[in-house]
Amino acid sequence: MIEHLPALMIAVPLFGAFIAPLLKKKGSAPAVWAIIITTVTLGIGLLLVKEVLAQGMMVYVFGADRPTLVLPSGYRVPVRIIFEVDAIGAFMALSATLMSFIGALYSYSHVRNETGLEKYYALLLLLEVGILGMVLTGDLFNLFVFLEIAGIAGSALVGFRNYRGEASEAGIKYLIVSAVASLMVLFSIGLLYGQYGNLNMAYLSTQISFNTVDMIALGILFASFAMKCGSVPTHHWVPDAYTEVPSGINPTLLVATYASLYALFRVSFSLFGKVTMNMSSLGWIMSILGVLTMFIGVTMALVQKDVKRLMSYHAISQTGYMLLGVGVGLAVLNDPAKLAAFGRDAMAGGIFHIINHIIYKSLLLMTAGALFYVTGTRNLNEMGGLARKMPYTTIAFIVGAAAISGIPPFNGFASKFLIYETSYQLSPIFAVFAMVTSVLTLASFVKVFASAFLGPPVKKYEEVREVPRSMVVAMLILAALCILFGLFPNVVLDKLVYPAVDALLKLSSYQTWGGLP
Amino acid sequence: MNNVILVNFPFIVVALLLAVGFYTIGFKRNLIKVVIGIEILEGAVNLFLIALGYVKGAYAPIYTMAPKEAVNNMVLPTPQALTLTSIVIGVAVSALMLAFAVNIYEHYGTLDVTKVRRLKG
Repeated sequence: MIEHLPALMIAVPLFGAFIAPLLKKKGSAPAVWAIIITTVTLGIGLLLVKEVLAQGMMVYVFGADRPTLVLPSGYRVPVRIIFEVDAIGAFMALSATLMSFIGALYSYSHVRNETGLEKYYALLLLLEVGILGMVLTGDLFNLFVFLEIAGIAGSALVGFRNYRGEASEAGIKYLIVSAVASLMVLFSIGLLYGQYGNLNMAYLSTQISFNTVDMIALGILFASFAMKCGSVPTHHWVPDAYTEVPSGINPTLLVATYASLYALFRVSFSLFGKVTMNMSSLGWIMSILGVLTMFIGVTMALVQKDVKRLMSYHAISQTGYMLLGVGVGLAVLNDPAKLAAFGRDAMAGGIFHIINHIIYKSLLLMTAGALFYVTGTRNLNEMGGLARKMPYTTIAFIVGAAAISGIPPFNGFASKFLIYETSYQLSPIFAVFAMVTSVLTLASFVKVFASAFLGPPVKKYEEVREVPRSMVVAMLILAALCILFGLFPNVVLDKLVYPAVDALLKLSSYQTWGGLP
Repeated sequence: MNNVILVNFPFIVVALLLAVGFYTIGFKRNLIKVVIGIEILEGAVNLFLIALGYVKGAYAPIYTMAPKEAVNNMVLPTPQALTLTSIVIGVAVSALMLAFAVNIYEHYGTLDVTKVRRLKG
């Protein structure tokens, strides 16, 4: 049972996704079904994390008992589909299952009045399958397939409210970006396959010699994954997609974005990890992209009037922190002294920021969804005085805003502080930009708070009441997680984040997947 | 010289198709044409994969009932499996993109990408 956990992680939500459309005329049955399936997946995810942290990396082979089986002719290369779950894969899988559960819980009331809900929940579960496949697989072509599954399910969900033209506009933008990015990923997979005749990442990473074609493949992979995770030169699709998608999908869509970020880290640390000499320039590129991303994102956010669009630009800006943290680690990868001094902590900051950001940004986007649910508008200038009418939403918003601005007792502070400290040691300018970004973030959230929650009550909204209970529960769970992660950052860092960092850094343990030479 | 061009002919076609695809996505204003551009890109990548695994004068990679001389003289099967998967995924992508395009035409009355711009700022 335990050894089949990686396969069950994919099988359970896939089963759920194909059963969901059958519950078409049964009222709220699809919603309940999705909550049940995501709960089960969350349980399996927790078991998987426990197992991986206790036993080390798990290798699961489809169609064989053990990965060491070879071809009858004695040709010893990995030919089967292999899942390799190490600590960082388990970390991302846990974020994905947790956020799908929260999203399904929130959606129960949030989209109750829409039509076609059985398809909505089927797509939600398919999106979860795509993310889990991307973070668990050890095979390059499987990575492409799951990237496409996540891309198709995600863009169909972005265009879910198809009675609004804007939803289709955002959906086709997201789909074009993800189709072009994943086709280019397939092209570079072809380049690598043509040279080494294999698709297994661990096997390829032992073979890579870094000739010109490898460099082209690395460049294409880097550009495609940076495009899919919303880094700066190609960030235009992020605000549209996050604004138009129903708020219950936002957490899962955020994790889908960071699954591409995970693929970017996997490519730079594991696939091309052997050629450490040339990776420091890649680390500098990643850090500079990170700084540009965080600064441009936050300056675009300051001028927005639409509350959800403002928060979406902040999602771009926060992605910059993760790129900066991990980029600093990559830049000093071939310098053991610097790596021990600050590189490892920088990567811990970047990876810790992924889960922190997923938590508080989902919380904030959900409060924006709650505001839309009661007022029917997203324009900040038309809102006002909602604090007294919606106490729980207000509390959730304050917690989320404090966390994203990096105010001490909340979780944003823990990871941002690690990033400030360590990026200062690589280059002081990086740290200065990171802090200025935090201050600007706080400024824009003060603007939202003042115009939506404070101020004189608006006549139109005298009748509004607090949002339904399942939305409140989902928001309060996330707010509690924000506070817990902020109060006990050391527990999370030691149990989850540092093992994930070490999994990225220790290439040799990733390569010893089945005892093959 | 002539031989070099002939051997690499599929890859030259791949490069041309990639260029045409990116040009279509980047510079055409009609949404349907952008979708066609993505289809051209997909064709280029699929052709690239097939050309990688091709062995001149070899047999189809089907083991059952294969003739004696086909042993150790078969086309690589993996790229063909990859291409089949990629074609199936491509159909889903293009169907969804065309559905979005139809819906956009319904709401905006145009397929011109410079006019489909309600989301901005």
